[in-house]
This record gives sequence, structure tokens and C-alpha cells, in this order.
Amino acid sequence: MFAFIIRRISQAVLVMLVISVIGFAIKQNVGDPVREITGISVSAAEREQLRDQLGLNDPFPVQWARFLGKAVQGDLGNSFYFKRPALEVILSKAPATLELVLATSIIIVLLSVPMGIYAAVKPKSWLSRIFMGASIVGVSIPVFLTAILLIYIFSVGLGWLPSYGRGQLVTLFPGWDTGFLTKDGLLHLVMPSLALTSIMLPLFIRLIRAEMKEVLESEYIKFAIAKGLRPWRVLLVHGFKNTLMPVITVGGVQLGTMIAFTILTETVFQWKGMGSMFIEAVERADSSLMVAYLVFVGFVFVTVNTVVDLIYGLVNPMVRVAGRK
Amino acid sequence: MKRLLLLALSAALLGLAVAGCGEQKKEEASKAESAAAGKTLRLAIDADPVSLDPHVQLSGGMLQYSHMVFDPLVRWTKDMKFEPRLAESWEQIDPTTLRFHLRKGVTFHSGNPFTAKDVAWTLARLKQAIDYKGLYEPFGEPVIVDDHTIDIKTVRPYGLTLNMCTYIFPMDSVFYTGTDDKGLPKDANVKTEYSFANGNESGTGPFMVTSYEPGQKWVLKRFQNYWDKDTGNVSEIVLTPITEDATRVAALLAGDVDWIMPVPPQDYERIRATEKVKLITMPGTRVITFQMNVNRVEAFKDKRVREAFVRAVNNVGIVQTIMKGDATPAFQNSPQGYAGHIADLAPLYDLEKAKQLMKEAGYEQGFVVSMIAPNNRYVNDEKIAQAVAAMLAKINVKVELRTMPKAQFWDEFDAQVADVQMIGWHADTEDSANYIEYLNACPNKETGWGQYNSANYCNAKVDELVLAAGGETDMAKRAAMLQEAERMLYDDFAFIPLHWQMLSWAASNKVANAEEIVNVMDFPYFGDLNME
Repeated sequence: MFAFIIRRISQAVLVMLVISVIGFAIKQNVGDPVREITGISVSAAEREQLRDQLGLNDPFPVQWARFLGKAVQGDLGNSFYFKRPALEVILSKAPATLELVLATSIIIVLLSVPMGIYAAVKPKSWLSRIFMGASIVGVSIPVFLTAILLIYIFSVGLGWLPSYGRGQLVTLFPGWDTGFLTKDGLLHLVMPSLALTSIMLPLFIRLIRAEMKEVLESEYIKFAIAKGLRPWRVLLVHGFKNTLMPVITVGGVQLGTMIAFTILTETVFQWKGMGSMFIEAVERADSSLMVAYLVFVGFVFVTVNTVVDLIYGLVNPMVRVAGRK
Repeated sequence: MKRLLLLALSAALLGLAVAGCGEQKKEEASKAESAAAGKTLRLAIDADPVSLDPHVQLSGGMLQYSHMVFDPLVRWTKDMKFEPRLAESWEQIDPTTLRFHLRKGVTFHSGNPFTAKDVAWTLARLKQAIDYKGLYEPFGEPVIVDDHTIDIKTVRPYGLTLNMCTYIFPMDSVFYTGTDDKGLPKDANVKTEYSFANGNESGTGPFMVTSYEPGQKWVLKRFQNYWDKDTGNVSEIVLTPITEDATRVAALLAGDVDWIMPVPPQDYERIRATEKVKLITMPGTRVITFQMNVNRVEAFKDKRVREAFVRAVNNVGIVQTIMKGDATPAFQNSPQGYAGHIADLAPLYDLEKAKQLMKEAGYEQGFVVSMIAPNNRYVNDEKIAQAVAAMLAKINVKVELRTMPKAQFWDEFDAQVADVQMIGWHADTEDSANYIEYLNACPNKETGWGQYNSANYCNAKVDELVLAAGGETDMAKRAAMLQEAERMLYDDFAFIPLHWQMLSWAASNKVANAEEIVNVMDFPYFGDLNME
């Protein structure tokens, strides 16, 4: 077990190094931050001087080594635009993204479970066909188009919902302003979370439907029905419980996709989370913030994966051996 | 047991949440009361100011900010005249001295009185600021006559002293002197890190910054002791950057904001057609051009080839189709109202003549040129470049076009990676000489002239005229020189002129005098705004 832990952790460190190199390679090609922070008539010599001060003229390996040395101490550099440590900026934007993801997850759970089960139990009914048809449409429309459509229907057309931003926030504790506790904040949350849901929901409906269909064929369900249990109890307790395992696994994997789609959704709704922060950092050539974000997200993923693997290893010794083949 | 625990925990959380809500409600109520007393302008801009320090960067956004929080000595009116702000009057004492009589009884946001000392201090800081030092190079040491009189001196006769005084927004020298709680000097001008001035302001302007989160939300409140009592009635500005064009327009149409700038051209029609909002446009001064690099392409040294290129490009057509009429076709650098503007230049598009010229020059079969343009810097930049490429194909010139985001474009532009490069220019000095100095003068590393002349076009006569105009204080003479320079560039087909971009703002009908506060520099004077 000890060897396994060491192996997994060293793999994680290696992955992080690769991520930082890739992030840095992107940084070198995203553009010149100095251009973005100086007026157009500033002389070339002055710009060069500024580049020197910011260490942008050093060779790639030198810059990378310097970044790494600081990163190990938890310093991911300084955002040129925010004029603050990059990590601080990222953490200050995290609550917005997490709340959006949480709201979306809740909607997905509330919708996909009944829809998926219904579509499995009555595959031929017109309602099931509507669910399945709509889910194909949802997946095929790009999320930013869905978002713009929502804005034009509900904000511009009907005037029901606010068009951008997070609305009124309440400080939950220092560093976390939440929109969950005000009516205004919740109204602002509706459209962004719906747009994000439109992309993720179909997959879960189909997954639950497929798993459920399989389970409903099995012996123990037939037995339960034969025993005379109530149909909904058979469905939920005996059937659905056993579909949960693959659904949760896929849900975990989908978290990454979710992070990618939040970038688009946040940009359209000007939802000031990590996603829109990243896009704006790219546009402003705020390269240190961009790299910090890539490394940060990479770190979160690698850590989660490693911990999950280690737990698997504890629970199921087979996994530990598998690596030695 | 587990369930019991869970229940207890969720009940506790719910209790907390409800308590929080209660407190929030009280706060909201008090906020609502204070807001009811005045008018709040909800403003959405494509990018927010990058700092509270007006000298950190010379950009449109920072100047818009400066006009909200600071006052300049003098400012431009809508018809390109100077109007007094912190300077009540001024007179030329000798060729290198301009005496300003400053307004009395003006206070800074900190409560400190405004005097000539603040003007001198601000000018000294401008001369140190990376983005401004070039513009203030002709300025010498000012002389403080008394508390409310100051002599602004130049090292040589200089015709644009007043133009440059529109950028002198006096800062509170007492407030910005000394060290802050981190032990750093308060007057430090820092672009990328913390500085006192980046996070604190004390100007004399109509609004004070009460809170700001970069890239997210700014709240500015009316300054109670503002010297100008004869201004607008906006008591609070809530500034939100909305980078996404479609969202910015939707926010205005939905009534979530009262004023947006800039307006994406594809939405002009929609806004014009909507009852409750209005579109305000104005011919701007940013010229869009293409430069033909004579160092990369031998053929461009032949004036006939340059002429053929210029005549092959139907810039009037581009304005009509791509810009939907919302731009002004250009045949020179200087827009109308500038000293060097020539009113009677004939349109240049003539495809037959262009083909004829190519034939004469021996390039009937044409040749291949590379071209670069940005795709997110100017209005429709990418589409314009594609149109120009298609037009050049008609004289058998094959264009290899690459477009890229502005963050990457400037490095490529400087490296002169392509034969034909797009550049747009707006003169920081609001004057003709600036265009030629940067875009068409012989490139010279020492003087910085021709810094954006990727055509490497070099005409000593043009340079001479512009240099002489720089020291000319007789404005009529000066204008004649600059017009002569512009005409030379026109006759010599030095570059491919396209158009001047339109400036655009849109506001809800609650805003009463929107047309009066905008100007060709794109610094709306929100202090003068009235709302219903």
C-alpha cells in the first residue's frame, strides 16, 4: 500500500509539472501583457524597460523555474489587471462559479431523476418522446446561443428576469458573497443555471433511462412486484437505488465538462466567476493570471483524482496490483 | 440517529439563513431610502477603468474615469473649442508661457483646498508617467505666481499647450504626498501592483469613488462640495463593465442599465427602432488605414503601384455595406475639425485606372502580398480586411490575410511580419500632426517618430512641415502647413485610407440631455447629465 501511495503521488506531481509547462507555453503565445497596460504612443524603449521589470524578457526555462519556485510556496504570481496576487483573485471569484454549478446540479438532479425514470418505465408514451426529443435539441444548441435566447425572451421580451450579473449579494462569511439568500440574487441565478442545465441535463436523462431499463429487466424487480410491493416503492427503492452508482461516477467525470461550459455561460451573463475571469484574462493578455488559473484548476482535478484513487486502493486491493502488470 | 442529526443541522442552517435575510432586509430598506433622494445612473461600459490613478494609463477608459472623478484645467466642448474648468481664464504672456487664472473656492474630495501648487505637482507627476511623458516633453517647469495663478511654460514655442492642458486633471498634492500604511510612497505610479493611488482618489470632480471591484462593479457618489453648482442631477453612478456586446445591448433593452457605450454597429438599427431607448452617434476621429511596406515589397516603391492599390479599394463602398453607413469615408488622416483637414479631396476609387496603372508598372499579372489585421480591436476590422483583400484580387493581387486578437496583433505589427498591415489611429493630442508623426513620418528610433509607420514610407518634406508646425503658434499658419503635409501624402498615395469610425452611445429615455454631454473624444461628461 505504501508503495502504491508513493507511486500515485509522484504521478500527480508529474502531471502538475506537465500542466505548468503547457500553461506556460500558452502564456508565451497569448500576446504581450505590456501592450495591454500601456498607451499606444508609449515608445518601444519604455515598453522594453517595463518588460524587463516584469521579467518577461527572460528565457522560457528561467521564467518557468521562477514561477515554479514561487508556486511551491503558494504564490502563483501577480495579476496585472487586478494588481493583486493571482491566487487571491481566483479564490475571490470561486464562490460565484461554485454557486452557479451548485444551482445547476440541483436543477439537474430534480429534473433528470423523474424524467429518466418515467422515460424508462413508459418508453412509448408521448411525454417520454418529448423528453428525449427536447434533450437532443438541448445538447445540439451551443450554450452561448441558448443563453442569448434566454436573455432576449425573458429579459428583453417579457421583462421577468434580470439580464446580467449576480444581483444583490449577502456576505456569508469573509470571502464568500452569496446570491442564494436574496430574492434578487436568486432571480439572477435562474437563467445562467438554466443555460448550463440545457447542456448537462440530456446526458443524465439518457443515462438514468438506460440504467433503469436494464434494472427493470432483472429478476429481483420481477420478484418484488410479484411480492405485491407498491409499484413506486419498487421503482425508487429497489430499482433506482441500483442505478445510482454509474450515474454518480459519470456525474463526477462531468464536473470537468461543467467547468468548461461555465466559461461560456458566465461570459454571456457577465456572471463574474472564474470562467469569465479566465476569458477576460486571455483577452487582456493578463498572462500570469491565466497561467495561475490553469494551474489552479489542474491542481484541483489532480488532487481529487489522486485522493479518489487512493481511497479505491484502500477499499479494493486489486487496484493496487493492477498497476504492476 | 443519522437522520435526526441531519435534520437538526439543516434546521440550524435554515435559521441562520433566515436571520441573515432579516438583517439584509433592513439594510436594503435604508439603501432604498437614500437612493430615492437622488438619481442613479446605471452605466455599462465594455471595460472599466483599470485603476483609480489617472496617470497609470493613457486610454479612453481612464480619461472617461478622469472626467468623472477629477476636473481638467480646460476641457473640449462638443464643437472642439476649449471651455474653462479649474482654470477660469488664460492668456499667452510670451511665446513659451501661458498664464492660467485658477478657480477659487474649489475643494478636493479629501476637503483640502485646490491651489496652483496642485497643478504644478500634477504636471511634474505627468512628466514622470510612462504613458504621458512623451506628450509633456515640450513642457518645462511651471512657475507658481500665487495660490490661484500659474504660468505653464514650454521649452520652445508650442502650438498645442492648451490641448495638453485638457489632460491635466489636478490631483490633491497633500493627499498623495507621504507614505501609506505599507510604508510605500503615496505618489507612486504603478501599473501592475498595489499602490496607494491605484486604490485611493482625491480629485475635484463631480463624483467620488465609494467602492470598486475591478472588472465587476463601481459605485460613484456625487461629491457634495462640488464647485460647479450648475450641473446635472445624477447623485450616484453604478458602473458595470459588460464585455459581451450582445449582453450589453440586452441589458439596456431590458431596462437593467440606463446608458451603454460603445454600441455594437450590428445593433444600431434595433436600438433606433426601440421606443424606450435612443442611439446617439457622432463621426469619430479614429482613422482606419492600411500601410504598404516598401521595405518588404519592391513594387510598393513604385508610386503607380501604390496608387493602383489605393484606387482598387472602394472605401466608400465598405462604409455603405460593411459599416452600414455608420462611418465616414476618409481620404486623409485628419478628420473634419482638425487643423490639417482638407475639405475638397476627391474620392479615389477607380478600378479601371487601377488596372491600367498596374499594367504600366509592369505588374499586369499581379503578385502575392501578405496582410495582417486585428479581429477584436476596431469596428468590423476582420470584415474590412476581407473586403479589401477581395477588392485587391480584382487587380490580380493575391492577398494572404491573417487576422488575430489585439493581444497578439501589436507584436506582429511591430515586427512587420506582413507586406500590408492594418492600423487605426486616434490622436492623443486631438491634432493632425500626431497622425503623421506616428503613422507616416520617416521611422526614427531616436525621436520616436514613425513608431507605427510599418510602410517605412519616408518623405523628408512631409517631416519638415510637421516639425515646423510643432513650433508654430500662429494657428492659421500652422493649419496651412499641416494641410500641405496631408496633401503631399494624398498625392503620393502614402497609405490606403478607409474611414473614420463612428462613436456610439445608447441611453434609456430617462436620460434627458444625453446628446449634450457626449463629444468627439468619447469622454461623456456625466457630471452634467440630467435624468428624469
